Amino acid sequence: MSKLNLIIKREFVAKVRNKSFIVMTFLSPLLFVGIAVFVGYLSTMKADQKTIAIHDESGLFIKEFKSDDEYKYVDFSLVDTKILKDSIVNESYEGLLVIPKVTNNDSLQKKIQYISNNSPNASFVEKIENKIAKVITAQNFKSANLDTIAYKNAEAKVEIGLAKASGEEALKGINEVKIVIGGAFGYLIMMFIVIYGNMVMRSVIEEKVSRIIEVIISSVKPFQLMMGKIIGTSLAGVLQFLIWAIIAFVLYFGATMIFGVPMNNKVPNLTAEQVAMANTFNLETLQLYLNEIPLVLMGVCFVFYFIGGYFLYSSFYASIGAAVDNETDSQQFLLPIIMPLILGVYIGFFTVINDPHGTVATVFSMIPLTSPIVMMMRIPFGVPLWQIGVSLALLFATFLLVVWFAAKIYRVGILMYGKKPTWKELYKWSKY
Amino acid sequence: MSNILEANKVVKQYGDYTALNEVSLTVPKGSIYGLLGPNGAGKTSLIRIINQITMPDSGEIILDGEKLNPSHVHSIGYMPEERGLYKTMKVGEQCLYLAQLKGLTKVEAKRELDYWFDRLEIQGWWNKKVQELSKGMAQKVQFVVTVLHKPKLLILDEPFSGFDPVNANLIKDEIIELNKQGTSVIFSTHRMESVEEMCDYIALIHKSNKLIEGKLTDVKKQFRTNNYEVGILSDNIEGLMYDLSQKFTLSQTDFKSLNDELKLEINLGNATPNELLQTLVQRGQVTHFMEKIPSVNDIFIKTVTE
Repeated sequence: MSKLNLIIKREFVAKVRNKSFIVMTFLSPLLFVGIAVFVGYLSTMKADQKTIAIHDESGLFIKEFKSDDEYKYVDFSLVDTKILKDSIVNESYEGLLVIPKVTNNDSLQKKIQYISNNSPNASFVEKIENKIAKVITAQNFKSANLDTIAYKNAEAKVEIGLAKASGEEALKGINEVKIVIGGAFGYLIMMFIVIYGNMVMRSVIEEKVSRIIEVIISSVKPFQLMMGKIIGTSLAGVLQFLIWAIIAFVLYFGATMIFGVPMNNKVPNLTAEQVAMANTFNLETLQLYLNEIPLVLMGVCFVFYFIGGYFLYSSFYASIGAAVDNETDSQQFLLPIIMPLILGVYIGFFTVINDPHGTVATVFSMIPLTSPIVMMMRIPFGVPLWQIGVSLALLFATFLLVVWFAAKIYRVGILMYGKKPTWKELYKWSKY
Repeated sequence: MSNILEANKVVKQYGDYTALNEVSLTVPKGSIYGLLGPNGAGKTSLIRIINQITMPDSGEIILDGEKLNPSHVHSIGYMPEERGLYKTMKVGEQCLYLAQLKGLTKVEAKRELDYWFDRLEIQGWWNKKVQELSKGMAQKVQFVVTVLHKPKLLILDEPFSGFDPVNANLIKDEIIELNKQGTSVIFSTHRMESVEEMCDYIALIHKSNKLIEGKLTDVKKQFRTNNYEVGILSDNIEGLMYDLSQKFTLSQTDFKSLNDELKLEINLGNATPNELLQTLVQRGQVTHFMEKIPSVNDIFIKTVTE
């Protein structure tokens, strides 16, 4: 067995046997499901109903305010506003809406007031404004002698049909689906880099702290040790993902077996049409949506970007581990590594979704430090193959350069103990 | 081929700092070679170059007649001063791993391990994690790991630090035994008594330069002062002192003895030991007569402080 294989095997076994690995692998899916269930449960809970006092002097508007689950409207038109204001201070009501009586509707708008100790949320304000506007609009129609029914009939409703130049029909909301799928892949790459990059770094520090490093590198080349570490750790990560995938698969099929079939039988109240609609959405629509996304290309690219990105970053992590004596000292050097990763995710979620082929998105999907994340998010929107090619070529060229440089720092760093090095010293090491 | 290792004008620089300045060494096959020098002299730099952990800037290393190449890591057993083991790995697995890195197959490694674990009576440790062992126990494992692949050349940096006297002795005997079987040993240490006891060759490195090298006895001859320690019982001390001071330089000294004699350290100058003896015999009863041989410690301190 070659030395590199031996090192890979040892690193892999050491990671996989670690208690925290086992706990993480089997606990985090549970945790994930648990959190999902908990969030679902929370969202079904209703917010407390708030009471709003309304002082409507003209009595024209109060009819529009019908209490619902969220807000209870109470008519206090007969009570003096001053007393009402005091009771708000005592917090008997959430807020007080005062609509004075005026002859001219134009001047009314500025006089309506909502008084509350808590600043109201925007949707609530909009809701009240709409209600008042509706009444005023109706009055305006009336005073101008317009036929409201005729107006309503004349109002046109437009829904644009979306299509591609190739002639196929485009699906609505497909962009959202694309960004979710692209984002999931990009995010997965980032998480993997951060978690397993850190593991590589810790493992390097462990060898330094336990002082076994000099024993090892009297048998193997530091470069072999570094690569073995990076590969071995990544294999442990791949195993973890595989286990998660299998768990998800089993859970999904287990769930459909247990809940899926009997659930349809239990809801006979649904009309045939509704059932048909639900089914079409579940299967055919999903199929349509998935057809829109270049899944095979994504799969292939994921593998390449994953390997390139992970190796690139974990070389950084390895050289940082070599440069410091303990994890606390590593923070200073970690920041510049985390920044481009976070930048990648932000660009993905803010720029790519708005303009997947704009300058910013394109440039960052070429820069090797962000390309694994940004390009993965762009691919569902259709990226020319040459761009993917250039981006991958840049990524792997940078990877080779960084590994070469990291190995130099690693080689010197692993034998240095004592004070935390400065950036300048790291640069000097690379020339030894 | 009579030399296991030759270093020719090895230079190593770290930035502006010169760690080794054209250092040349010759380590004869089958010798125990003491590499001495104060901290920071360049010993570790040289040892790391021999182990191919770092590369020399210029100069070359010849190992057993061949220019140093990557396959030589299998012929060298190295126990660094800063040493350790994977704390959470089991002793047996760890030894197998490190032995395989040194080029042994798993089967060979297992066989050698059984031999050494038996020999050092540590069979029960196979499934223990290193963190469960005491420091001395871990050192024993470390020693086994170093010699497991039957290296031609054993390089030990401060091998006895961390051992209690019993285990230090045990390891010392093992080193001597391996040496008898033909293994050449280079060891770097500050403990001069072990150098005195074990080494047949020494080299002294100071401030990146090699100052002394050679057979231990030759080096001692070179540092010989021609001083003799003398003990004498005499009735006429004044007469004796007068006679002696005519021919030699004297000083009072002290050594352990059972008599209440006069104890002197005498420099012979150009005279022979017999001339001194004759003078002494005429004046009294000689109880002690010994050449003051410089200890390695004396040589070390003298060279380094000069």
